[in-house]
Amino acid sequence: MTRFAPILVAALLLSAPAFGQSQPGAPPAGAPEIQAPVPEVGAGRGGQPGGQVPDSTIVGDTPTGTQPSPAAEAVTDPQPRQPSFVPPTPAPFSDRGQLSAEEMELQAALRGERIGGRITIPDRQAATLIQPEGRDWRDFHNRTLTWVGGVAVLGMLAILVLFFLVKGRMTVAAGPAGRTIQRFNLFERVAHWMTASSFIVLALSGLNLTFGRFLLLPIIGPEAFTAVSLWGKIAHNYLAFPFTLGIVLMFLVWVRDNIPDRLDLAWFKAGGGFIGKGHPDAKRFNAGQKLVFWITVLGGTVVAISGYVLIFPFAVTDMSGQQLAHTVHGLLSVLMIAVMLGHIYIGSLGMKGAFDAMGSGQVDLNWAKEHHSLWVEEELEKARTTVAGPAGARPLGAD
Amino acid sequence: MARMKFLCDSDRCIECNACVTACKNEHEVPWGINRRRVVTINDGRPGERSISMACMHCTDAPCAAVCPVSCFYTTADAIVLHDKDLCIGCGYCFYACPFGAPQYPRVGNFGGRGKMDKCTYCAGGPQQDNTIVEYTQYGANRIAEGKLPLCAEMCSTKALLAGDGEMIATIYRERVQQRGYGAGAWGWHTAYRETVAI
Repeated sequence: MTRFAPILVAALLLSAPAFGQSQPGAPPAGAPEIQAPVPEVGAGRGGQPGGQVPDSTIVGDTPTGTQPSPAAEAVTDPQPRQPSFVPPTPAPFSDRGQLSAEEMELQAALRGERIGGRITIPDRQAATLIQPEGRDWRDFHNRTLTWVGGVAVLGMLAILVLFFLVKGRMTVAAGPAGRTIQRFNLFERVAHWMTASSFIVLALSGLNLTFGRFLLLPIIGPEAFTAVSLWGKIAHNYLAFPFTLGIVLMFLVWVRDNIPDRLDLAWFKAGGGFIGKGHPDAKRFNAGQKLVFWITVLGGTVVAISGYVLIFPFAVTDMSGQQLAHTVHGLLSVLMIAVMLGHIYIGSLGMKGAFDAMGSGQVDLNWAKEHHSLWVEEELEKARTTVAGPAGARPLGAD
Repeated sequence: MARMKFLCDSDRCIECNACVTACKNEHEVPWGINRRRVVTINDGRPGERSISMACMHCTDAPCAAVCPVSCFYTTADAIVLHDKDLCIGCGYCFYACPFGAPQYPRVGNFGGRGKMDKCTYCAGGPQQDNTIVEYTQYGANRIAEGKLPLCAEMCSTKALLAGDGEMIATIYRERVQQRGYGAGAWGWHTAYRETVAI
């Protein structure tokens, strides 16, 4: 036994600082006898720089501080063993002056931080112990997104219904001319419909994730709803690619006709061809169409980028990045859905003759003259020069 | 009925990772999935401590709140479970979970997630108790056998406690009073909106 005594003393010394700091001399009642020497050693080291381990009587005599022997009390001054170094009062309910679990969680929640550290499994995400910000994301998903999405989509639908009831279907004032003019060529229409068809599936499967469990789940039951949602998820993942390609193509073919200019201000002042009376002059695209174009291109780009962040989880960002990507993706998407509802309405039910532009590509000449007067003039001018040929040219065989 | 909880006494956890191993073994958890893990905070610095973490089976569970297909349910013992036949692997529960509990097998295209897997508190799933089907999908159902989660049962330092919230809180409280310190119950404030008052 005596052989191990130095080792025991060494062990006590080693463990002393840890216990000493948390135990400035008053362990609670009922602490086992074995703990008694430890605070004493700590106190000795803290208080007497050159001191050795105090002699055994003192160690044994003041074991817990709760039952000091009257004799010892009388001889020494009131706080004989108090170390000169008094550690700062530790936060309640902790040791080693460290913050308690509750305190850390509260602070992390307030600062929007995560509690994390090191982990041995090869998964970076797993090193996060607690991320209270998940609560904010939950709040966004369950409250903000539901409200914004609901108000935007239903609000837009309500506006459109109201508009249709009040104004009815817009017709061509001069009546159909019977002759047509090409508005969009095949390539443009393919680009448009590729984007549009994928957008519709993306929008429906996306709305399903937010609203489906309130609207669809009670009707079709959990199994069918899971099947729908699962296929929706797969479709959503895959159709992201044609959607993105469509956005790029539409941008390339239409950007030069969509640069804002002075005519657009006049168009907005006149209330467009839709709200106001008469039809302000417009080139190939009027200001309203330009707005839809830029919302689609810019909004679509951001939605696509945030979508790719979500599709490859944690490839480029961490948890807060993923949550932010979802927030941006969700909010922008529901707003774009609302805008596109308006776009769909004008292009189909709301205006006679408008659908042909994207349908056959050929629009009625009178419709074109009303809505895109300057563009028609340009086109006709181009046609005339083509027919007439370059200046000085004469028809073949004329001489 | 009991209100089942986990409590990790970080002043006792020695980061042996036996709970992680026991969990993986007991439930035949596939590669890349860790229902339980041990995180060491302040590694190599004063105040270093290790905490074993899995699903905390929260009150008002965030995963259940955000699930688009409502595949979560809570048992009579307040254990939060989910139905893998309904899960679509969207990953929302992972964004909402404060403890990083949901895990996803990597399947299919892109970062394609398979059906979510998480700690079941050794309580299986919605399938018939202790059947092959249940075992394959969710792992062992020790609760149905009257046993507590294996991770806590075999913890060598008894750092990880599982059982009725009141009972394990009492055990922890006695420990803290005995030794005079304790970092507190990790995750309890976030999961249950309460802590173990000493």
